[in-house]
Amino acid sequence: MAFRDGPFENIKVPLVWTAAVTVVIAAIGCVLLLISDARAQNSPYQPVRAGVESVSGPVGGVFAAPVRWFGHMTDYVGGYFFAVSENRRLRTELAELQPWRDQAIALKNVNARYEAMLGIRPEPPVEMRTARSISDTRGPFSNARLLDVGASRGIKVGNPVINEHGLVGRIVGTSPNISRMLLLTDVASRTPVLVDRTDARALLTGDGSGNPRLEFVRGAGSVQAGDRILSSGDGGGFPRGVPIGVAAKGIDGSWRVKLFSDRGAIDYVRIMLFEDFGQLISPDALNAPPLAALGTVAEATPAQAAAISDSAARREAASPPPAPRPATPAPAAARPAAQPPAQPAAPAPGDAE
Amino acid sequence: MRRPVAVRVVGPMQWIVYPALITVAAAIVLQTPVELLGLHLPEPVIPMVLAFAWPLIRPSILAPVVLAVLGLLLDILTYGPLGLWGLTFLVIYSVVLASRSFLAGQDTAVLFVWYAACCLLAFVLAYLVMAAITPTPASLIPLLLQIVPTLLLFPFAHRLIERFEDGDVRFR
Repeated sequence: MAFRDGPFENIKVPLVWTAAVTVVIAAIGCVLLLISDARAQNSPYQPVRAGVESVSGPVGGVFAAPVRWFGHMTDYVGGYFFAVSENRRLRTELAELQPWRDQAIALKNVNARYEAMLGIRPEPPVEMRTARSISDTRGPFSNARLLDVGASRGIKVGNPVINEHGLVGRIVGTSPNISRMLLLTDVASRTPVLVDRTDARALLTGDGSGNPRLEFVRGAGSVQAGDRILSSGDGGGFPRGVPIGVAAKGIDGSWRVKLFSDRGAIDYVRIMLFEDFGQLISPDALNAPPLAALGTVAEATPAQAAAISDSAARREAASPPPAPRPATPAPAAARPAAQPPAQPAAPAPGDAE
Repeated sequence: MRRPVAVRVVGPMQWIVYPALITVAAAIVLQTPVELLGLHLPEPVIPMVLAFAWPLIRPSILAPVVLAVLGLLLDILTYGPLGLWGLTFLVIYSVVLASRSFLAGQDTAVLFVWYAACCLLAFVLAYLVMAAITPTPASLIPLLLQIVPTLLLFPFAHRLIERFEDGDVRFR
């Protein structure tokens, strides 16, 4: 029996009402999605995002390719027309940079000597991957890009992304061949930074505009217009010292940063395969419980136990009796110096027998 | 034997599916990373055209579902929180659906004013939702830079309404 031949044959529901019910149901679904989605790598919908991006990414790459070719072509043609002026500019720049090169070599030498004297273990060189931007999302609520390399080339969530001028953003999602980069200007971007001149710490906060805010600046007057802003490396998300931009006062009175990465197109970028400070040491060593080796040490032999007790008895006999406590605390310089032991050092365990 | 009658049937493929696919394609194309003299391609919220035009063309069950799907797709493409634009489009759809009897047959200028009001409502709603989700509210300047190109899409909405409103003789 067909539906229209049954008891519902004469029931007519207004189309507006059915549409309204559909709207309400779909809106409830959207609200639930909004509540459950965190937009971060912990989002339960991250595989869905990765799946859609792995499909839309190559499509965006097809559209981006002619743009890139056109850019190469204009650069090629422009190179002929502006070769003389560019040659003059580069000569001037080279003459200005040569003293800096000498200073850099000298400082590098001094720095290496200091590191050797202090036994400092410097950070290992960070491996990088070059990628192309194939899709660009701008707007008040999101500033992100798709890159044409993914997890198959070692890209992981959290990797910093730089271009030839400075820090651009970080990776927030990966699929085998496509990765999503969140720019520093996105409303969800938070980057720990430092002011190069004063070493003051701050947090770089994106708000959708081209110049992210500088918030939670530590110290009064620690920022001036024109100060260079670098990544601080606090928290281990970024390596320390990556150039980010220059501090400037915004029209709303807040400190903002003019990004170095805006000096050129963000078409080719380099992804730093930097994870966090944990890569400097074995994670197992960090996660080992305190005094974990105590359970593996063998029991002391009778000879060793006798030597230990003999040494303890000699040390106790050599130590002076406790002095009476003064009424007022004595200054640090008046503390009695440690007296040398009256007896020779305890014999080695092998000599006690 | 009944003779066939020439009836012009405008199914959901014509006024829902094809425009939705065109919208997705346009959104992907406008995300191409083009930078010329420091300027980028505009990035309007293209499905706003459909959220405004579809309830005026005809109330439908399929249209809100497709709008929600378009919103989710836009959220993924723009790396926004899932549900943001879907909820916004559905609110605009319901507002226009409620005012359908008022807007039917109105002049183009009235439709544009209503479209502008709907756009404003949509962006205010999206702004408030994002302010509730993220600790830092978005800057207003990029918000304006997205509202203006979205407003400029009104001719497409008007064309869609003119093309399909009253286009199916079965709904006369």
